[in-house]
This record gives sequence, C-alpha cells and structure tokens, in this order.
Amino acid sequence: MTTSATPGRATAHTHLREVAPASPFTGLGGLLRLYARISRRQIIIWTLAMGLSVAGSVGAMKGVYPDQQSLDARAGLLANPSAVMMTGPAFALDDYTFWAMVANELMLYVLIAAAIMSVLLTVRHTRAEEEAGRLELVRSLAVGRSSAPAAGLIVVAVANLLVGAAVVVALLATGGPLASSCAMGLATTLTGLVFAAIAAVTAQLTEHAGGASGLALGTLALAFMVRGIGDVLNAQGSWLSWFSPLAWAQQTRVYVDLRWWPLAISVAVIVALLVLAGVLAQRRDVGAGLRPATPGPGDASRVLLTPGGLARRLVTPMMIAWAIGLFLFAVAFGTLADSLKDMISEIPTFGDLVPLDLEDLTSSFAAYVLKMLALGPIGLLVAGILRLRSEEQQGRLSGILLTGRSRTGTALWWLLVVALEVSAVQVLLGLGVGLGAGLATGEAVWLADMTLAALAYLPAVALAGGLTMALYGIRLRLAGAAWILVIWIAVDTYLGDLLGLPDALRGLSPLHHVPLVPDADLDVAPLLVMSALAALLTVIGLLALRRRDLTTG
Amino acid sequence: MTTPAATDSSTSSEARSIHVRDLTKTFGATRALDGFSLSVPPGQVTGFLGPNGAGKSTAIRILLGLLKASSGRVEVLGMDPWSHSVQIHRRLAYVPGDTDLWPTLTGGEAIDVLTRGERGPAHRRRRDELMERFELDPTKRCRTYSKGNRQKVSLVAALSKDVDLYVMDEPTSGLDPLMEAIFTDEVRQLRAKGRTVLLSSHILAEVESLCDSVTIIRAGRDVESGTLAQLRHLTRSTVSAAIDGDPSTLAALSGVHDLAIDEGRLRFDVDDAAVHDVLARLATLDARHLTITPPSLEDLFLRHYGDDLREGSAPETGDAR
Repeated sequence: MTTSATPGRATAHTHLREVAPASPFTGLGGLLRLYARISRRQIIIWTLAMGLSVAGSVGAMKGVYPDQQSLDARAGLLANPSAVMMTGPAFALDDYTFWAMVANELMLYVLIAAAIMSVLLTVRHTRAEEEAGRLELVRSLAVGRSSAPAAGLIVVAVANLLVGAAVVVALLATGGPLASSCAMGLATTLTGLVFAAIAAVTAQLTEHAGGASGLALGTLALAFMVRGIGDVLNAQGSWLSWFSPLAWAQQTRVYVDLRWWPLAISVAVIVALLVLAGVLAQRRDVGAGLRPATPGPGDASRVLLTPGGLARRLVTPMMIAWAIGLFLFAVAFGTLADSLKDMISEIPTFGDLVPLDLEDLTSSFAAYVLKMLALGPIGLLVAGILRLRSEEQQGRLSGILLTGRSRTGTALWWLLVVALEVSAVQVLLGLGVGLGAGLATGEAVWLADMTLAALAYLPAVALAGGLTMALYGIRLRLAGAAWILVIWIAVDTYLGDLLGLPDALRGLSPLHHVPLVPDADLDVAPLLVMSALAALLTVIGLLALRRRDLTTG
Repeated sequence: MTTPAATDSSTSSEARSIHVRDLTKTFGATRALDGFSLSVPPGQVTGFLGPNGAGKSTAIRILLGLLKASSGRVEVLGMDPWSHSVQIHRRLAYVPGDTDLWPTLTGGEAIDVLTRGERGPAHRRRRDELMERFELDPTKRCRTYSKGNRQKVSLVAALSKDVDLYVMDEPTSGLDPLMEAIFTDEVRQLRAKGRTVLLSSHILAEVESLCDSVTIIRAGRDVESGTLAQLRHLTRSTVSAAIDGDPSTLAALSGVHDLAIDEGRLRFDVDDAAVHDVLARLATLDARHLTITPPSLEDLFLRHYGDDLREGSAPETGDAR
C-alpha cells in the first residue's frame, strides 16, 4: 500500500524529496483487495442464495398455479389491500399471466433481500471499521482520504452486480422472457445500491455501527410501508408510492409492460445520496458522528440493579422493535385470512402449499399464519439468550459475577427476562392476527380465540430456547449452532408441505408438533412433552455452565 | 532456583489471603500454567511480575474462579475459588487490565452495576470521592470512553468496594502519570487500612514503589518470590570508581563480575554479600568518585528474562486469549 519506498531513502532523510505524488484515492487497490478478502464469503453466499431461491420459488409457483384459472383466482386476491401491501402493485389483473404473477409476488422480496445485504455490507465496511478503530490504522498508512469509503462502496457495488446477475440467470433458466428478466436483475442491483447509499449516509450520522444499520434498515421498513400504503390508495401505484425506492423498481412493470425509465430515479438518488455522504464525511472527524452522543444519568436506577435489570436494559430495545414489526405483519396477515377462502376454493393445488382445512378456511388460515409468525419469537428467544454469550465473550459477564452473583443465578435471571419478553411478543402476535381477522370478518370473537391459540406455541418456543441454553452451557462455541434449528424450523414451516419432506425430518421442528389451534383440536400431550424437554435442556445448560471455564475477553 | 518464600510455605495456608501450590492449567495442548505457586500474606501489597504471555492473567482468572484449575491447590481467603466463587467475590474486588463496558450504559451506571450489592451512604460517598479524584464524568456513555477512562470506571468500581482483598491485573494500563500517582496513593491507603492487594504488572517502578513482596512468573512457573529486600540480596550492585592503582587485585576477589576499565574509570558488578570486602580493597586502591548503585528490580527482571531477550522469543502460553 505504500508508495514512498524509493532507493534514495537512505541518504535523504528530510523534506519532500522523492515523495511520490498522492491523491485522495492513493492505496485504493490494496484496500479493495483487503475488503474483498474480508467479505468474499458473504458475497458468494448471498449471490448463490438469491439465485437458488429465485429459481426455486419460480419453480414452486409453476406447481401451484398450473393454469389460467388458478392465476385468475390469484389476481382476484389482489382486491384485498393487505395482499397488495405484502406483494406489489397490481398490473394487468385482467390479463394475469404467470410471469406477471411472478413479478407481482416475488419481486418485492428479492428487492428487500438485496437491500438488507447492501445495508449490512456497507455498514460493515464503513462505520464498523471506524468504530473498531481499524480505519484509524488504515488511514495512518499512505492511503488517500477517500480510498477507504470508495473501496467499501465498490465491494458493495460488485456484490449487488453479482446478485443482480444471479437473479437474471435464475429467471432465464426458469423460462422468463429476456428483456423483463434483465430489467428485474438490474432493478435488484440498483435498489440494493440505493440502500447501500442510504447506509453510507446513516454511517455518517451515528458513531455506532449498530445504530447505522438500524437507521438504514428502518428506512427500508419505512420504504416498505410507504410503497404498501401508496399502492393501497391505487392498486397500480399512487403519488405516495413514488416516494419509496422499492416502487421505482416495481414500477418498471416487468413482464407486463416493461418500461426502463423509473430506474433512472434510482440512479439519480444513488448519486445524490453518495454526494451527501461524501459531504458529511468531509465535515466530521474520524471516529465521530454528526449527532453527538447525549449524556445519560450519572448513576444506575434501582431497576437496573435488580437481578434481571441489566438483561432487561440490554435486550428490551431489540424486543420492542421486533414486536412492533411482527405485530403489523400479524394484523396484515389476519385481514388476509377472510378473503382467502374465495381464492382457495378456486385453486385446489393451494392446499399443497400450506396445510389448510377446506371446511373452515378462515380459521385454518389464521392458525397457519400464527404458526408462521411463531418463528419470530423463536428467533428472538435464541438471539436473546445468545446475547448472554456475547456478554461473556466481551468479558462483561465476569464483571457481573464479581459482584458476588452465581453463574446459575445470573444465567437463570437472564433467561427469565428474555423468556418473559418473548412470551409477551407471542401473545401480541395472537392479538394481532385476531385483530386482523376480526376487522376483516367483523367478528370480535377472533381476538380472544387467536390470543389463546398463540399460547399453544409457547412450549415449542421454549424448547428452542432450552436447546440454545444447553448448547451455550456446554460450550460457548456450540451456542451459535442453535441457529441451525431456527433455520430448519423455517424450512419446515414455509416449505415442508410443498417439498413433501418426510415426517421423521419434519418432526425435528418443534413447531411441527403444535396443533393448528384454533382450527384443530388442542392436543395437550405434545405440548407437555415439549415443555418437559425445554425444562430439562435448560437445567442441563445451567449445570454445564457451572462446570466450564468462562471466556473472559 | 530456590525461592525464599518456599521456606515459610509450611505455615498454615489459613494465614494467607491467597495460597497457590503447584498449579497447572492447560488449554488443549498448551500449558498456560506449569507448576505455579504464589503466596499472598494478608495486609500486604504483593507484586506479580511477568512479561506478556507468561500466565499472569490465567493465574488471576483461576483465583477469581472463572477458569478451573487443571491440577494443584488454590485457596483464596481460605476457600476454593472454583466451588466458593460467590462467597469469595463478596469479599474481593477486581480491576481488569482492559474492560469492554456496556456501550449503551453510562459510566456511572456501569460502576453501579459492577458494585451491585454495595449500598449505603458510605459507599456512595466513597464512589463520588473516587470519581472526583480520577476526574471521571459518570454521565458519558461507555462507548464514548477512551481506554484510560474505561480503566477509571474499573478502578472506581473496585476501589469503592470495602473488601478484604483487591486483585488488580495491570490496573494502570492506559492511565496518564497524574492518574497513576493517584492510583498509587489509593493503594497505599488500602495497605494502611490493613487490606490485602495482589498487583499484577510489568511496570517495574510501580511494583518497586508499592509492593512489600514480589513473585515473578515466567512461562507459567514462578521463578522468584520474596520480599524486595530478599530479592535484592540475590542481585548485584554496580560499583563505579576512579582509581590509580592496579585493579587486578580487585578482579581476583570472589563476588566481583564483569570488571571493565575505561580511561582510569573502573566499573564492575558485585554480589551484595561481597560488598564489604570490595570496599576494603577499594580503599587500599585510593578510589575516588565512588558510586554504588543498588540493584533494581529491573536488573532482576532482565536477569530472568535475559535468556528470552537473547533468544528473541518469549515462551507461548494461553495468556493472550
């Protein structure tokens, strides 16, 4: 990375003799290689995952919508505002072709995935490097002022190009028309880059990498809501829709009536945001944010010093953010439940996709929605328990223990706080689905029914938590393996029926054993077994934790 | 190597605040501690010296009950730190060399969390007094603190606790000289109050000015321990003088080492036991400008790690984990 090593050095110690000229981009090549090395695995995984899941989804849709009749039924569903909110603007409803349906149903989620990838990668190569002090080290080398951010953004741009290309390949491989498939790939790349640019700006605003990603992902959530509400006002997109970067991609009307110009807005906004990020970067010091950190209380409140106080302080913000998001999803899905029955009666194959009881479609769909949403609390519980792992890794757990608390007590209180908050989220989800279904049907009884039904998922959620605790207690490094279970539960819940997975494999997912209340009868036996297993695994975890060496930073 | 402390190890371990014998700790194939012994008498400040990676922090983490000893005997305040860690922690305060504090908590909140269980106006007063002495702003978020300020949080939290034993692992790292002086003063006050301190360090001046006795650890093993006076006894003073006579008679004396003459100026090292003889001989040689430099801990340290310095490599242990 250095450019100043010259043979004349030994004799000339002073002044600017033989110093190579420098530009703001000196050392860019070396930094690019470094950043590419750091993120190459993530980029490859994202690219492959996007390509495979797009190809897989299109393949699955071909099975579910085999003929025009089923497609027309699907188009009819778009009369429901929630359906529009969860998918995209409804073009060509009178001539709803298979590929129009793909664009309508799939595109939003491809865009969101690209946006999430871009935010995470961008923050990782900008604010996270800076916060960890590595940027300071890099900047002390013969490296230009703009090299590090440029290298980070180039890596993110390459990642987006690869992901876009993977989408194009997947669409073409499954038989998509050429021009529109290429447009969808380009739209994916550009939307990813819009959010990369947003993250580049938020990375200038806060000193904390977590805060920067949070702000950028919050913008994504806002873009999702704005696009959704805008399209509800007018199913083909209203004035409000155009305020969302997601709409610029969706308004290309791929596979229906392709137009390229909305993507020009994306390009213009990317340029504008990058200029803004550059201006902000010039105006602040290395390590600082534009928004200074505010002072807080000089001493701890009584609540913080209670046994579960610290866990509450550290875990609750994450829980609240997720609870709000999941609740909104729950309400939206709940309203969908009622309008579904018209559609399903016309698509017999829909039953292959999700386990539905044709007798009472609304009830069974609501129950299925509850099962899908239960993944949220499971993920939250695992993440909440794993926060204790990072407390240990950072050496902070030993600080707590040195105040005279036992390991078992500390872990148990932590577990209790996380479990209680997760239970509250689960109940909230039941309320949300019930509220949505109640609003759609006008029957208030849904509220109570769904809230009670949500409780049936608590043992399954607890089992995932018990497993996490056991793995963490036995070995710190094993704890991350709990995510494998979460991924498996997701695969089983979303794709289990579709892929026709064998029962032995499906049984590994705790959610598979939960009766689909309120539609199915409440079978208590599996719930009791799961509760007992959860308790057993928790005890194993706590006992093992007492026996192993602690990592102390 | 004989250790002066070994002679009094026969006394009951109950009289010791910390008592460690033949401690080993292995991480997989790595032996971080290999037959390590340590004795900390109550009411004294004991120094714990060693280079990076010698096993200091591993030993301290075993004393705190965070790691489990592979073999050997460990007692802290008369209890086994692994099985009685909670009881021990109630009577002990710890200052780590570097801490990662909760980024979203303020310094004041972190101190309170780290001293949970300490209540009452006396602790409150002490906490505020220490915060003022160390010039720490408790309303700032921990993530905005520099290394030195994070260290002050640890120090205020530990020193505000009124306990029997203080364990400090390189407590002054990151502090400026002014704060170091305040820290030194606080440790002296602790000793005056009859508290016991184990002070791990690689700063020799700090240990020399504060500690009653010292244990030196190297490659997971204690290589020297005793009071400073005892250890100095093992070392050599440096003598420098101008003489007119023939220095060869000096060189013949036992206890004189590395004699060198530079333009009538004489320099040599002498075993402390032989100083008396050497002075008598110097007098006969009509010595002028005589200086005798007492041995510093630095010399002792260099003698123990001299091999490593010459070989250019320090032994690897699991300490840097």
